[in-house]
Amino acid sequence: MKRSLLAITTALAASLLTTTAGYAAQCTNDTWNKVMERGKMVVGVKADYKPWGFRDSDGSIVGMEIDFAQAVADAMGVELETVAVQSSNRMQFLEQGKIDLMIATMSDRADRREIVGIVQPNYYTSGTNIMAPKALGFKNWEDLRGKPVCGKQGAFYNQVVTERYGVEVVAFTGNAEAKQALRDRKCVAWVYDDSSIGSDLSSGEFEDFEMPLASEDDNPWGLAVPLAEKDCVFGHFMSGITFNMHQSGKLIELESKWGIQPTKYLADKKAAYGDWLAAE
Amino acid sequence: MLEAFSQYFVELADNYPRWNFIFFYEPRQWARIVKGLQYTLMLSFACVILSVIIGVVGAWLQNSPSKWVRRCVQGYIQFFRNTPPFVQLLFFYFALGQFTPSVTGPDGWTEVPIISNVGWAIISLSFFAGAFNVEIFRSGIEAVPESTQEAASALGFSRFQTYVEVVLPLAFRVSLPALNNNLVNLVKTTTQAIGIAVPELLYQCVSIWNDYPSALYPTMLLLFVSFIVLVGILVMGMSRWERATRIPGYGG
Repeated sequence: MKRSLLAITTALAASLLTTTAGYAAQCTNDTWNKVMERGKMVVGVKADYKPWGFRDSDGSIVGMEIDFAQAVADAMGVELETVAVQSSNRMQFLEQGKIDLMIATMSDRADRREIVGIVQPNYYTSGTNIMAPKALGFKNWEDLRGKPVCGKQGAFYNQVVTERYGVEVVAFTGNAEAKQALRDRKCVAWVYDDSSIGSDLSSGEFEDFEMPLASEDDNPWGLAVPLAEKDCVFGHFMSGITFNMHQSGKLIELESKWGIQPTKYLADKKAAYGDWLAAE
Repeated sequence: MLEAFSQYFVELADNYPRWNFIFFYEPRQWARIVKGLQYTLMLSFACVILSVIIGVVGAWLQNSPSKWVRRCVQGYIQFFRNTPPFVQLLFFYFALGQFTPSVTGPDGWTEVPIISNVGWAIISLSFFAGAFNVEIFRSGIEAVPESTQEAASALGFSRFQTYVEVVLPLAFRVSLPALNNNLVNLVKTTTQAIGIAVPELLYQCVSIWNDYPSALYPTMLLLFVSFIVLVGILVMGMSRWERATRIPGYGG
């Protein structure tokens, strides 16, 4: 019994070997060429992460990341098509070629780099925090031990806070459901990116709530191209455009356009990448 | 033995990074799978039983002498059969959940509803499958000859007695193949409970492959295998029942 199980899994694994080992070989630039040929780039973005990516009143997806994607498409001289992705399926969408590029508020993690081609430099950052009712007056992460906290399927810190603070994460598939559950008082807090919570709070729709804790696990965000093209044309191009958007201050411009609180991260990057001639 | 088993999967994950069967060697992930399986089994079991009860009662009420009872049953069937189960689930949990009584938690803020998300999943999925079951049992009931029912009432059986003792046992046999199909569907539909954060098997699997992207294929494989086994057991039980209740010369 055991031997046959081993045989099956080995056979399965072997069949995947060709696809996993293939990319190291050389650049075929399939996705890049495909995009240029058809004159259209499909970018996976968030549709429930205001104001980075969300649905406008007319149903179209807009936001800071969509503007970023538009700038990329403009530079390539192609049309932009956006596809709404979820945290739990964004990497798979890119892997399967449903999208050509992913700019979807994804934290840059080591294990994710093995699946998709996350390019440097990172374009934004966020930490983990909670939105909780002022009435409960949480002060420390420890206050959450053993309590039900709403979360979102696909966030890497669900596991982190569960293991570090014994929080009982009740993970929903979408942000809207999770926040509704918090409003319905089904959980004591909503654990998510501090950046997103910050803009929710400033929207005025969450009057009785606060973001009381010190953010943890500050983690830069990465945009991703298909893994096979990370060190090829597409990856190098994305690195370059991200660098330029940091240096020119375009990202800071977008940040203020969408009413996001200015982050130190973007200011630091701009300073670090500053043009030495311009500084004269 | 078990050591060698997990050791094999540790090595497999090292050699083939996309085939990280993490739940076979990390106890915490294994515990998640076990918990998910427990919830899936519990959901499936409760929903199968409840939906069959709803089907039997509904089919009886469908032949009620009262016009209004018949209309209510018809309305119930139309509503639950013609709307997507996922929408029903969200509606029950988020909309109806507002109006059910709740207990204020120890912190004085949270409100613990009397019906939890698991409860709502059982209720909404049972009502969904129950609507189909009513129609399935109706087809069985209509296959019972009118003369048999008349004979029963001639012998002094009441309407209820005729239904329970004569019509239903015969109708069940005719309905079993169709019922079988619907219950198989129901077991698979329990995965939609992920929408209201019920920690069943799909929820746990999605959590695992989110935490460990390298475990995507293995967890999907596990999902498929689990449901093949689960549905297999159900189908086996049902066909056994079918054989046991077979009357030679009646309804195949």
